Amino acid sequence: MTKLIRPSRRRFLHGTALAGAALATPTFFTRGAWAQDFCNNPTGSTVTLGFNVPQTGPYAEEGKDELRAFELAVQHLNGEGDGGMMATFKPSNLTGNGVLGKKVEFVTGDTQTKSDAARASARRMIEKDKVIMVSGGSSSGVAVAVQSLCQEMGVVFMAGLTHSNDTTGKDKRRYGFRHFFNAYQSGVALGSVLAEAYGKDRRAYHLTADYTWGWTQEESIKNATEAQGWETAQAVRTPLGAGDFSQYLTPVLNSGADVLILNHYGGDMVNSLTQAVQFGMRDKQVNGKQFEIVVPLYSELMAEGAGENVKGIFGTSNWSWQLDNDGSKAFAKSFGQAYGRPPSQAAHTCYVQTLLYANAVETAGTFAPPEVIKALEGFEFDGMGNGPTLYRAEDHQCFKDVLVVKGNDNPTSQFDLLSVYKVVGRDEVTYDPSIFGGELGPYDGGTCAG
Amino acid sequence: MDRAHTSSEPDTATDTGKPQSVFHRTSGDVPTQLPPLGPEMAPMWPPKRDLAMTLLFGIVVYTMPLWLQPFGAAYPDLMQRFAIYGIFAIGFNILFGLTGYLSFGHAAFLGVGSYTAVWSFKLLSLNVIPAIVCSTLMAGVFAVLIGYVSLRRSGIYFSILTLAFAQMCYNLAYSVLTPITNGETGLRVLSDDPRVVDSLFGTADMAVPRASIFGIEMAGMAGFWTCATCLMIAFIVALRITRSPFGMMLRGIKSNQTRMSYIGFNTRPYMLTAFVISGMYAGLAGGLLAVVDPLAGAERMQWTASGEVVLMTILGGAGTLIGPFIGAVIIKYFENIFSSLGDSALMDAFSFIPPAIEKWVVFAVSPFVGEGWHLTLGVLFMIVVIFLPGGLIEGFRRIGRLFRKGR
Repeated sequence: MTKLIRPSRRRFLHGTALAGAALATPTFFTRGAWAQDFCNNPTGSTVTLGFNVPQTGPYAEEGKDELRAFELAVQHLNGEGDGGMMATFKPSNLTGNGVLGKKVEFVTGDTQTKSDAARASARRMIEKDKVIMVSGGSSSGVAVAVQSLCQEMGVVFMAGLTHSNDTTGKDKRRYGFRHFFNAYQSGVALGSVLAEAYGKDRRAYHLTADYTWGWTQEESIKNATEAQGWETAQAVRTPLGAGDFSQYLTPVLNSGADVLILNHYGGDMVNSLTQAVQFGMRDKQVNGKQFEIVVPLYSELMAEGAGENVKGIFGTSNWSWQLDNDGSKAFAKSFGQAYGRPPSQAAHTCYVQTLLYANAVETAGTFAPPEVIKALEGFEFDGMGNGPTLYRAEDHQCFKDVLVVKGNDNPTSQFDLLSVYKVVGRDEVTYDPSIFGGELGPYDGGTCAG
Repeated sequence: MDRAHTSSEPDTATDTGKPQSVFHRTSGDVPTQLPPLGPEMAPMWPPKRDLAMTLLFGIVVYTMPLWLQPFGAAYPDLMQRFAIYGIFAIGFNILFGLTGYLSFGHAAFLGVGSYTAVWSFKLLSLNVIPAIVCSTLMAGVFAVLIGYVSLRRSGIYFSILTLAFAQMCYNLAYSVLTPITNGETGLRVLSDDPRVVDSLFGTADMAVPRASIFGIEMAGMAGFWTCATCLMIAFIVALRITRSPFGMMLRGIKSNQTRMSYIGFNTRPYMLTAFVISGMYAGLAGGLLAVVDPLAGAERMQWTASGEVVLMTILGGAGTLIGPFIGAVIIKYFENIFSSLGDSALMDAFSFIPPAIEKWVVFAVSPFVGEGWHLTLGVLFMIVVIFLPGGLIEGFRRIGRLFRKGR
């Protein structure tokens, strides 16, 4: 018996060793970059960016769309394709010839929507693949964790989709930048619309994803609705990626609440909303009023997942491909041609972040993070689909118009699910950076020396 | 093989000061007590061979930055993981490999260790030493509690009990204990933490808090050297335990617990001690995870993490000393390197093949890399379990024997 197996195992081991060596060849470690004055200074003819997105877990759909946008952004930076928003972005120093003459390459990682895994994957990209910038992500927990890692290692982090107030509030970092809007802005934009549509005498029941984003969104929406005269019946925390929300939904109707606010996102929101609708909540009358459901943070991908159930439901959005401006049109066209579908807000923010980073490097004339950060701080730009936008220096938060969106009652196509109900102006959603506290930290001090 | 001739030896052994030599001597006439998994478990290896093995292991561990180069794995983060999960698996093996009790909840101790270490960074000092001492002790306390209850049962019931406790810890960390664990976001070290001891010495004020040993920051390679040193210490301690009368007792429990009781041993204290030691190893590993990256997340305690260490141990060779470490390296290598290979990397790798065939080769291989790394791992695991029930160590041993015969 053993005699029969022996040679084949040996051959198998040989084969494995050969295959291992062959697979490892392209990933050979290039040492000799010791003389760098900052982390991962690109010395060759290329520069590598790291895109850390959820490829598994409840936010995987967002992650896939983010990756599409990153690939598109890299193509556009290298002068391939139709250029997308490169043409509408003003003021821009982008050349379409890479960044500072270096061809842009990228590596990807899977955050798994877990802080631990996201940090491990970011460290791999920084230590092994020598990336100069990390971007992406679809969870605030991940964004906060990766952002502080990037600060420690001295690598710029351009956050992807993250909506928690903490990302640019209590947990803000000098090396972290966020283009996406936040829960506070959602609350301000949504509060008045909800009071207009549903009246001022309402009782709300919150179901909240149990992590930094959920907490701050619950707080912001609570404050905004209570300012309009609403009451809050109860707020219940649900674990991220719970899958089945029926045990959390059953008590809602007995609580005397007449509005259900779902502080969920991605796959969680698709599940909780679908189940709430299946429970017949939207046909109920409570306190003599029609029972309503609100999803404060909305996205096209979620609407796609929840299908029919989103009809007439209010929420807020960072951006929509249906916006009527040059930047949005150019991006939607270029994205549609490449992937045959309109981009989501997650894709949009990631694309914009990549271009903004590249532009900051061109403006600074160097990849050195402190200079790049200074170029981004206080940067005022237009033509990226959101109208005039400011990267505020005090907390690295972008300020731009916020969209209140509503599920379409009569969608014309499978992508035409949300319509823009109201555009809330940038001035209305601007707030004092000191309300959330936090410290940005120093410009240097990070080390990634191996 | 005659597996009887039982545990009267350990009794005499405890009387002498040098258990090693006693075993060496007795082993001459007692080539017994061999569980089916390979000779390394038998206490008949002379101390010299232990010394040689320790030296070899040390060389392998400390030269990782060199020999891992061709595999694209010689970067600090991954090497730290190799060392840390090596400790975790070696500790797990003290329980599973020696006593045969399969714990499915060891990740709980890993998580407890991590949280303790981060709290030590936050409250006491950024120095690594108090952090790992506290995390090891705290994991020990948890192990006493969980072990005391779980060890009332054996076999599958024991496994299920430990699994239940671990999931309980995970869910508590994720929900009720959020003020202590910071839930999904994970517990982090912040620049405005109190750090009592550091502030006494006036060093608490720093912009980017990072763990350190007396001024050497735990970034990059320094972190790896620390982990590697801990791994060496953990390995030597595990070696001594395995070769000691206590280790003999544990193996006695594995081969026949009932017989041990009939001979007059109360096996429970031995089991509990083994469980606690193994839990402390996990705590140390968890503490080190926090040392090299000061963030503790609840997902570290999930049952998948507990299952992972079982895989590592079985893949490498349960009951052997080096096997669990090999298993840990392989699994972490797959998780970090295979999972990041894309089609383009494959194209590069197979560029020596003519393009027409290359496309097919890439097509055939691509399901096994990238997101499909679990598939490769699964296949490897099946091959090992079917053909090498003693783990990869058994494979090496068979190859070694082949060479010896050939000569």
